[in-house]
Parts: sequence; structure tokens; C-alpha cells
Amino acid sequence: MLILGIETATVQAGCAIGGHEGVLASAHSAKGKRHAENLTPAIAFICEQAQIELSEIGLVAVDIGPGLFTGLRVGVATAKAVAFALRVPMIGVSSLDLLAFPVRFTPRLIVAAIDARRNELYYALYRQVPGGVQRISEPTVGSADDLASELLALSEEVLLVGDGAHRYREAFDGLTKVEIVDQGNSFPSAASLVQLAHAQALREDFQQIDSIQPMYLRRPDAEINWATRDSAP
Amino acid sequence: MSDAELIILGIETSCDETAAACVRGGTDVLSSVVSSQVDLHARFGGVVPEIASRAHNELIIPVTARALVEAGLDGSRIDAVAATTGPGLIGALLVGVSAAKALALTWDVPFISVNHLEAHLYAAFLEDPELTFPLVVLLVSGGHTMLVCMEGHGSYRLLGSTLDDAAGEAFDKVARFLGLGYPGGPAIDHEALSGDPEAIAFPRSMMDQGLDFSFSGLKTSVVNYVRKHPEVSTADVAASFQAAVVDVLVTKARRAAAEVGATALAIGGGVAANSLLREQFLGACATDGLHGFLPSRSMCTDNAAMIASAGWYEYRLHGASSLATGANPNLRLSTIG
Ligand SMILES: [Zn+2]
Repeated sequence: MLILGIETATVQAGCAIGGHEGVLASAHSAKGKRHAENLTPAIAFICEQAQIELSEIGLVAVDIGPGLFTGLRVGVATAKAVAFALRVPMIGVSSLDLLAFPVRFTPRLIVAAIDARRNELYYALYRQVPGGVQRISEPTVGSADDLASELLALSEEVLLVGDGAHRYREAFDGLTKVEIVDQGNSFPSAASLVQLAHAQALREDFQQIDSIQPMYLRRPDAEINWATRDSAP
Repeated sequence: MSDAELIILGIETSCDETAAACVRGGTDVLSSVVSSQVDLHARFGGVVPEIASRAHNELIIPVTARALVEAGLDGSRIDAVAATTGPGLIGALLVGVSAAKALALTWDVPFISVNHLEAHLYAAFLEDPELTFPLVVLLVSGGHTMLVCMEGHGSYRLLGSTLDDAAGEAFDKVARFLGLGYPGGPAIDHEALSGDPEAIAFPRSMMDQGLDFSFSGLKTSVVNYVRKHPEVSTADVAASFQAAVVDVLVTKARRAAAEVGATALAIGGGVAANSLLREQFLGACATDGLHGFLPSRSMCTDNAAMIASAGWYEYRLHGASSLATGANPNLRLSTIG
């Protein structure tokens, strides 16, 4: 089964096509923040490169976040529309899972951390298991200092991956047991998305279009302010 | 296939309505589905962009699916997909643009970028294809107040616009001040029914000059008046405020029509659903011997049938848009002269 993967959770946006033969074509760009402009032409481009018609796609996988709200919505709306037009199922994968997956060959604890802006990170903890990684904590949002304290308390060798680790590097400077993965692997990738979705597709673990929603982890500011206003004296 | 048979799927997500519609040949509405988020925003007294964007993202596919079902069409019957690319809330626009481009790519049909303001102008043609040029359109909504002269399809001249608040914005602010709730337009319209429009002589800003509008002074007058006369009847305030807005709108629309020698006058936008404006507008057209066009109330507020219709004219004039098109929150009406 051919899978189209769409990934727009961070400043990098990309797409890939693949299946049991692995990833057949992919495209991504991490500059310009023109997700909405670039994504549809990029899908057309990778189809052309791989000599595949969109109508041959049997599954649409999408990164559901956490990540940048607007970017996520561009990706999710695009992915849902393609799946709807093709009448094929979908698979939603977390951006944090996509970060942890490529660095899975380590006995260390893997921490995936995406820049959440406002001095915060979206993060989750992972361990290697046969064939991949297993998430051992729920994705959460918190400050870099909070995460650093959490890691210090664990007193364990840690591999920290993601653009959030680079953005708030100073917070982890004093932690001798923490190593930060280089920039080259600091964004979730559409290629990993296709690989992970393929494994999930083999188990026929599909989702319906309406059940795919971005994982925001933060409420809209207006609602937060509203709640604060209500509880104020 | 002839243009008259082209079926366009229109998508609209510029503000707080998620809408999709199928229109054949620019005027034959096969379906028009609008899902309003008004309840989600009501407690905030205005549209919250992040809440709107999230809701659009949840609703875009179900609303599109319903538009196809109601039109009795399979996706393969759609000849082009048109979407609002601006002006509007950027995060909201991007949901519709992304979905529309993806549908166009997947169905292998043209994508058409539509200017929301142009679509409001085309709402008139959708219901009254007999309209002739030059046509003056008074476009009044929560975000816009403008007088546009349409000299032909795709050919516009901006005659006047608001210097501060949009008419709909004035309704919202005054309704909030009077404690009438949100959205303000229908709330004031309803409250005014039991009030006296001549009870208070609110100012008609810039009534005697030009074709531009100003509503912020009127809003201030209402606030000052109520503070000074706390026991005044809310219905009288609402009715007198509404009368002042409508008076200015109708006077300027007539002036615009006279200045350009228009044969027809139309109104559009959410405020065009206001009962007093509708009544006075038709009266003025009759007096001035103009072909007046009043859209149905569902066509005044944001909908996707007008997007598909404007898309049809856009496609005939300029062909398909690039799949690399993004959203432009500040898109203006491309005008001549
Ligand atoms: Zn509008």
C-alpha cells in the first residue's frame, strides 16, 4: 500500500511517499515559513519524482503535533482533504514520536522536545523497543527548566532530540548525562512519518478522517484569560 | 464542456463561518452549507481567531462532504475548487485554502483563488443575473463598509469606505455597551423594534460630504448619551442608533449611484440583513428609479455559494490560480481608477 505522509508541525514542512519498499520520494524545507504555499506543490512534485499518481495512494498519514498551531492546521487540513477526495483512511502520528524514531538505536532514555515558543517545550520520554520506540510519558508542555529538573532527578543517561533542545540549550548545559542530538535530526520528518505509518498500517490500525485532530496541548489564550477572569475576585 | 455547465465547489473560512457550496455556471446553486461558530465566540463578545481556526479545521471536511451530498454530486463531478484567500483572519483562511488546494490537486481540477470582498459583490449576481452595469454596491459587514462601482465583471472602482469602524463593528460595540449580546446586528435590530427611532437625535457623521463613512463618533455619542441619561429606554437608544447608521448608509449609497450614473444599486454583507436598512434601501431605489437589489438574508452573511459564483467569473476572466497560492489577510479589492 502506498502512503502519503504530510508533516508541518515545526518550522520545517515536508511530505513523503512510500510503502513496503521504503520511502520513494520526499521533499522538505525548513526556511520561509510558507507551509500553506509550498505544501500542495510539494505533494505534486514528489508524486512526479516517484512517478506515482495521487490516485494510487491508499493511506494518508499526518503529523498531528504538538507543534506550531497554524502549521499543524495547514498539514491536517491538507491531509484530510486528500484522504477525503481519495476516500482512503488516515493515520495520525505525534510529532514527538517522529523525532524519537530516527534516534532509536540507543539504550539511553530518549527525550523528544519541540519548541513551543514562550520559553516552553512540548516533550515526551521514550525507550527503545524491538523495531522502534515506545513512549513512556504523555506529551506535555512545560518550561525548559522544568524539563531540565525532571531529567536531573532521573539521574540517567539521556539523548535529547528536537528543535526545542537547541532553542533552549542553556537550560541543559549543566546536565552531564544529557546529550543533545545534532541539528540534522532536530525536526520531525515526513520520511519517518511514512515509515511509522507503514508499520501501523500493517496492523490495520487506521483512523477515520473525522477522528484526526491536531494535538494542541494548549488552550486558546482567550479561553485561558477567560478562566483567569472568572476565578479572579 | 461549456462554461454554463461548470460545477464549482466553493469554500469559505475567512472569519467565523465554515462554508462549502456547489454552484453550476456561476448562478445555479446546487447546495450551500454554512456552519456558524457564533456560539463559540459569543461569550468573548467577538470572534477569537484561534478558536475560529480550530473550529474550521474540525468542520471543513464534514461541511464540504455535506455540500457534495446535498448537491447529489460525487467528487468526480466537480470541475474546479474555489476558496477565499483573503481578506480575513490568517489562521482561519489557511484552513480553507489548504483544503481547497488539496482537493483540487487530488481531483486534478483547477484551483481558483477568490477575494472575499469580490464574492460579496457577486452575491448580488447570484440571485439577480439581470443586474446591469454600472452597478453600485454598498458592502456593509463586521469588517467592511464600502461603496463600490462595478463597471463590468472583474472591474471595480472604490467610491468610498469607512475611515474608522465598520458599520457591523459599530453594531457590535453598541450592542455590547447596551448589554444586548453578540452578534450585535441582530440584537439591535430586534431591540429597535420596540423603540422610537426619533427619540434621540444621534449625529450623522459626514452626512453632507463625500462617499466615505465614519462610525466611531456615533458610538461615542451613544455611550455619552446613556451615561448622561441612565434611565433612558434601551429600545429607544437601539432604534435611534440604528436609524442614524441606516440614514448615513442609504444617503451615501444614493449619492454614489447618482454620481456614477448607476442603473442599479445593490447591498451586501452581514449588515444588509438589517430590517430597517432593507426597508429604507428599497424605498430609496424606488424614489430614485434605480433597479434595486436586496439579497436574501442567507446570502448577506458569509457563505460559500458567493465564493463559487465569484470563482466562476474569476476563472472565465483569468483562468486557474497557482497551487502555490497562500492566504492574504489584507487582500484588497483590485480596483481600476
Ligand atoms: Zn464577509
